Amino acid sequence: MSLEVSGLVKSFGAREVLRGIDLRIEPGEIFAIAGPSGAGKTTLLRCVDFLLRPETGSIRYDGATTPAEPAPAIALRRRIGMVAQNPLLFRGNAAYNVSFGLCIRDVDEPELSRRTADALKALGMSDLAATRASVLSAGEAQRVAFARAVVVRPDLLLLDEFTANLDPTNVNILEGAVREYNRSTGATVILVTHNMFQAKRLANRVALLLEGRIVEVGAVPEFFENPKDPRTRAFVTGEYAY
Amino acid sequence: MTLAGDILQITALSLLVAGTSTLVATLIAVPIGTVLGLREVGSARLLRNILFTLYGLPPVLAGLLVFLLLSRAGPLGPLRLLYTPLGMVIAQVVIVTPIILGITMSVVSTVERRVKDTAFVLGADRYQLSITVLREAAAGVLTAIMVGFGRAISEVGAVFIVGGHIEGQTQVLTTTIITDVAQAEYGHAVALGVILLLLAAVIYSLLYRIQERTLP
Ligand SMILES: Nc1ncnc2c1ncn2[C@@H]1O[C@H](COP(=O)(O)OP(=O)(O)OP(=O)(O)O)[C@@H](O)[C@H]1O
Ligand SMILES: [Mg+2]
Repeated sequence: MSLEVSGLVKSFGAREVLRGIDLRIEPGEIFAIAGPSGAGKTTLLRCVDFLLRPETGSIRYDGATTPAEPAPAIALRRRIGMVAQNPLLFRGNAAYNVSFGLCIRDVDEPELSRRTADALKALGMSDLAATRASVLSAGEAQRVAFARAVVVRPDLLLLDEFTANLDPTNVNILEGAVREYNRSTGATVILVTHNMFQAKRLANRVALLLEGRIVEVGAVPEFFENPKDPRTRAFVTGEYAY
Repeated sequence: MTLAGDILQITALSLLVAGTSTLVATLIAVPIGTVLGLREVGSARLLRNILFTLYGLPPVLAGLLVFLLLSRAGPLGPLRLLYTPLGMVIAQVVIVTPIILGITMSVVSTVERRVKDTAFVLGADRYQLSITVLREAAAGVLTAIMVGFGRAISEVGAVFIVGGHIEGQTQVLTTTIITDVAQAEYGHAVALGVILLLLAAVIYSLLYRIQERTLP
């Protein structure tokens, strides 16, 4: 799925958090959005995923704006998946959580169980299928949240700090899963991170978001080795104070 | 009728009336309470206030109201429900519905915002969102139903007025305890009291077990 964001403005009260975002993300790419805390990264993703309504500007999905009628709007929404920053797991076990999106889409047995089991297996969670979500470790919970998002094969996958505070093993598993998902489905991935190394490892292109504005967008090598904007340079070298 | 037979019948009717009214009240109150709980607070504030007032509605008053409705001259008089178990059920539905509705509304509205957002992002439509939130609130809703049933089975004023405490027809545990005491039949009254207590214990421990299982 391609994504075109133009002139996007989002305020909370008097405070303008997104101040005119323009972005074009190509189908099948892994696009990283980096930026310091409070820059508006989560807000941007929540606008893309219809959780927030921007004041002005437009978002086009595969060239089309959001349909007004509920049925096609839900159909579009169902093509987009997200792993939220601090994802919430529903009460119930890991398998229930992973199968949620499938149940909602009326996927029947035996396909339901098969796809749930496959998604859990892909993240090394097979033996935890029946474990209650509330007792999972942080890394396990994050893997369940990821499996829950990708089991329904979204065309656009939004990842908000999806490995923050995890140990290297879990980071490896999850990054591998993103690569594999992108490779096997051709889905577009937007990766929000303040970890520059992760952006480098996973993304094709990177954008820097500062105080609600996109400062610079570039392919990974240029962005890191030859940034045009001095603020980007400060950010990639870690001199940016935040 | 033997004493045991009489006690059995009274107990059975108590359970039937309280159970049916709780069931009917649940069917009315849980869906409405869920929808209202999902709305933002502002729009439902007036209703919330009305509900809290109804919480405190003395059962006798509810009984009087239903009595007037069902009495021969009342609007529902032709249905001839006064002094019948069905009439008693109606009175208790009036008492129990606001309780279950209010608690359901309140537990649903305290389910984390993130539950709704997460279900939404995973593709839920409005109906599926409501079901998901209700599922997260299941333990609280069950408590609401328990409290409602407790109120129904222990209530005496409304069933007395509307049921009329007719021997073999509308006698329940609570009304019989009152008339027993009035007639100095203390032994019988105590026996019925013990049954009431046992019923409460059995039902609550059963529901408690269900509730424990539905907790995370
Ligand atoms: N619902 C809201 N109401 C008011 N202010 C909000 C709301 N959501 C976000 N904000 C504000 O908008 C700004 C951007 O928040 P956002 O969550 O998008 O930042 P972020 O870039 O994701 O930061 P982080 O890296 O810490 O997650 C913050 O200053 C935050 O306080
Ligand atoms: Mg954020």
